Amino acid sequence: MSSTPTTARRQRWLSVLAKAPAARLASLWQALGPTPSYTALRRPEIGLVMVQGRISGTGAPFCAGEMTVTRAAVRLDSGEMGFGYVRGRDARQAEIVAAIDALGQRAEWIETLESAIVTPLAHEAEARHRLIAARAAATRVDFFTVAREAGA
Amino acid sequence: MYVAVKGGETTIAHSLDLLADKRRGDRDVAELSLEQIDQQLGLAVDRVMTEGSCYDRSLAALAIKQARGDLIEAIFLLRAYRTTLPRFGASEPLDTTRMVAERRISSTFKDVPGGQVLGPTYDYTHRLLDFSLAASGERPEAPTAPADATHALPRVGDILQRDGLLEPPPSRDDGEARDLTREPLVLPASRPLRLQNLARGDEGFLLALGYSTQRGYGNNHPFVGEIRYGHVPVSFVPEELGFAIEIGEIEVTECDMVNQFVGSHDVPPQFTRGYGLAFGHAERKAMAMALVDRALRADELGEAATSPAQDEEFVLAHSDNVEGSGFVQHLKLPHYVDFQSELVVVRMLRTEAEQRREQAALAQAAE
Repeated sequence: MSSTPTTARRQRWLSVLAKAPAARLASLWQALGPTPSYTALRRPEIGLVMVQGRISGTGAPFCAGEMTVTRAAVRLDSGEMGFGYVRGRDARQAEIVAAIDALGQRAEWIETLESAIVTPLAHEAEARHRLIAARAAATRVDFFTVAREAGA
Repeated sequence: MYVAVKGGETTIAHSLDLLADKRRGDRDVAELSLEQIDQQLGLAVDRVMTEGSCYDRSLAALAIKQARGDLIEAIFLLRAYRTTLPRFGASEPLDTTRMVAERRISSTFKDVPGGQVLGPTYDYTHRLLDFSLAASGERPEAPTAPADATHALPRVGDILQRDGLLEPPPSRDDGEARDLTREPLVLPASRPLRLQNLARGDEGFLLALGYSTQRGYGNNHPFVGEIRYGHVPVSFVPEELGFAIEIGEIEVTECDMVNQFVGSHDVPPQFTRGYGLAFGHAERKAMAMALVDRALRADELGEAATSPAQDEEFVLAHSDNVEGSGFVQHLKLPHYVDFQSELVVVRMLRTEAEQRREQAALAQAAE
């Protein structure tokens, strides 16, 4: 698939949604009010993804170990299909992500979803990273040289 | 010969009931929640995820609770669970350079770009029991300092590599790596397969092997080029979408170990490397893995492989604690028939020995 603006947007949305805490995503989705109905194309399914690392961080890939992942697929009554892939085993989270992915393909919904769900979640993810970095920064070593006293 | 023996079903059921009772312990003490295990015994969760080879904090916490804190049993439980799940595919290789790091240290350069970030470490604790933890109470939040979360930490390996002082890692190959859980291990194994084996391997076994290399059994004079621990996104290309999305963030620890040099007619002397990667915060594991990874490169680097840590067959065949635990503990299973046959043999040998002694005594008396 070519990297169209639609693809780029879906890519960003799906990434932000998957990394959000499940309970937070559910409450934002709930707060959205009535949304078009959808049917499950695929019931949420728990499976594994093999996580690959790279030798010395930048070299050839190797299998580091698996992680649990839940996926779901939905279709709106208007035909758009949405897919959710999320780390862990939360079926509801995968389904909500799939529903948002499907709904985001309808032009009239993009702005609402962006402002009510995706942007807040993206900001919250940044805030989490800022807190991690700020706590780490408080443990950064400041080396200083102790000057020897004269004659020592 | 195997003979099916039935019996003991009720006894076994009662044993399981007793196990469940012991697991719960004194009913006057509050029961542990999975959240408590995840949050307050997080390093146990990390070890179970790493050696269970399955990143899922609440599953690992459940396994620890079920195993009553026996981590090798918990690892076994997690391994067994993973076999019930379908495989969706393999992730894109992690980009640990993008890590939001909680800790990053180097023992090769004091002034490493990005600084020495100690993070949450036991390194500077005095290993004195802290009796204040025996009572529950309010604990203060960690302090913060201004930071730039968007700036990636430069890799120490890249800095040394630029000057040609450090060997580059084997070249990138963006195909999917071969997978030990999908095909049997054939020796000699490629380095990616060895690393997968070590990543799942028992921390104690790898620690002992790594330690043995430091004590002279395959010494390769290591330095910690870099250890980093933090959060990295996992990218995956779902087949329905055909483009990569991030499906979550995981915590990993990696260790890039820098070791003594090799050189040849064509390549001037340069430092060599070993690599370790573990789920969660698991520094001892990542370091031991890096030491053993380097030791196992003896053949490739033209070193005499004379020590256990350099013996690929020995290391890779004995690293797995689920296999090891299974084979050692199977000795508890009934071996009644086996043992009967050994009893027959030893009785026969004793009779023969007795007869020989009697004959010898008779012969001596006749002389």
